[in-house]
Amino acid sequence: MEVSRRGFLKLSAGSLGASVIGGLGFDLTQAHARVRELKITKAKVTKSICPYCSVSCGLLAYSLSDGAMNVKDRIIHIEGNPDDPINRGTLCPKGASLKDLINSPYKLKKPMYKPAGAKEWKEITWDEAIEKFARWVKDTRDRTFIHKDRAGRVVNRCDSIIWAVGSPLGNEEGWLMVKVGIALGLSARETQATI
Amino acid sequence: MSTLTTGGTVGLGIRRLSASKEPDTSTKTYPELAILVDVSSCIGCKACEVACQQWHDTTPPLLTPEEVEKLGFVSYQSLPDLRHDLFMLMKFNEKDTEKGFVWFITKYQCMHCREPGCLIACPAPGAVIQYQNGVVDFDHSKCIGCKMCVVGCPFDVPRYDANNKPWKCNFCIDRVEAGLEPACAKTCPTNCLTFGLKEDMVEKGKKIVESLKKRGYENATLYDPPGVNGTGYIYVLPHGDHVKDYNLPENPRIDASIGLWKGPLKTIGSIAFWGTLLGVFLQLVLWGPIKVLGGKENKEEG
Repeated sequence: MEVSRRGFLKLSAGSLGASVIGGLGFDLTQAHARVRELKITKAKVTKSICPYCSVSCGLLAYSLSDGAMNVKDRIIHIEGNPDDPINRGTLCPKGASLKDLINSPYKLKKPMYKPAGAKEWKEITWDEAIEKFARWVKDTRDRTFIHKDRAGRVVNRCDSIIWAVGSPLGNEEGWLMVKVGIALGLSARETQATI
Repeated sequence: MSTLTTGGTVGLGIRRLSASKEPDTSTKTYPELAILVDVSSCIGCKACEVACQQWHDTTPPLLTPEEVEKLGFVSYQSLPDLRHDLFMLMKFNEKDTEKGFVWFITKYQCMHCREPGCLIACPAPGAVIQYQNGVVDFDHSKCIGCKMCVVGCPFDVPRYDANNKPWKCNFCIDRVEAGLEPACAKTCPTNCLTFGLKEDMVEKGKKIVESLKKRGYENATLYDPPGVNGTGYIYVLPHGDHVKDYNLPENPRIDASIGLWKGPLKTIGSIAFWGTLLGVFLQLVLWGPIKVLGGKENKEEG
């Protein structure tokens, strides 16, 4: 398209006029706004269960990254799972603050051990921890096992150990833990499945 | 819970912008939204406060025991007041009333007035936006940091940060636009907060008030102040005769001086300013520059 000198002048005068008119009260404001960006738009959703109490509320954890080998997922938001029949999307203040638990620098990631009389916690491996735990359970049970009560009835009970099983365990794990507890003779058992 | 948020469309229409002409809203309108706060079923767990901070990624500081002692702050509240990084705060008040001891709980944040004082007071074009669904939001890129929104707010809500920008609850407008409910309304474990169309929420609130009245709370009211043309957060107050104790103003209205300043005074000031300029110009054209008697030349001579 060829623009002559005269045409160019006309065009520029016209656009100037348009901008003047725009400034003189013609409404050029937009009727629709670009609202703030939803921060979970591009996040991956993972369903999970709140680790705190035995109500076991369902969670949706939103994380960023495409899951490649060289990156680590970063959880940016956690909220209730509306499809979960227990909480139907709601969460208590502890559950609502789970993002900060996960991203906390003080979060425990390895077993820690503080020997009797020591002042500092020290890191131990899982093997060591399981071995110690088994030893303590065995020793305590051997020491305090009650075969017969005062009336002479056979009870086979071990009252000095309490079995409190974490909330994220479902029916099957709970069943397994109860079986182990019964085998040990524990009467104080509590699991999420409340078997 | 109603999931109708944007009226089935993507994007939100603007109803009003600060210091601008009203956009054309005749083509499409969006339903008004509201959150009903049923104080009678609130247990004061502060889950809404936590959810708000989690969604907006704010981390207000914890008060140390020394600070608490210094402030003389004795309460179940997390912090004494709203902050630029604390958009909503559960306020607690304990008082002996004629009905015995009452624990007054209030969810305190921007009320999203349908007649927003901040928007009317704001002189920066487009810095305060009211969407057609009634949500009031700030656009920091257009804010000039003049603090007029604080003056205009009848609820004393906006708080300024170190960059001189105001912050407040934005009704999780990003979530609402995407069809989700605001973070506080989603997390509430006792169904105290319900989110939906304003008319539905008013209806529900009235029902709760009626049932409260039958149960012996004869002063129960629905707090939806007409002075600001209704709000986006409406409250069922079981002790409606103690609105002050709930830390809510009894009859909030926009300060009359703001209406004066934005209305007649603005026009008069504008006429005076341009009139002066025109006068100066006419003077220059008709009579030429003023010849000052006893001016520079005379002084030099003297």
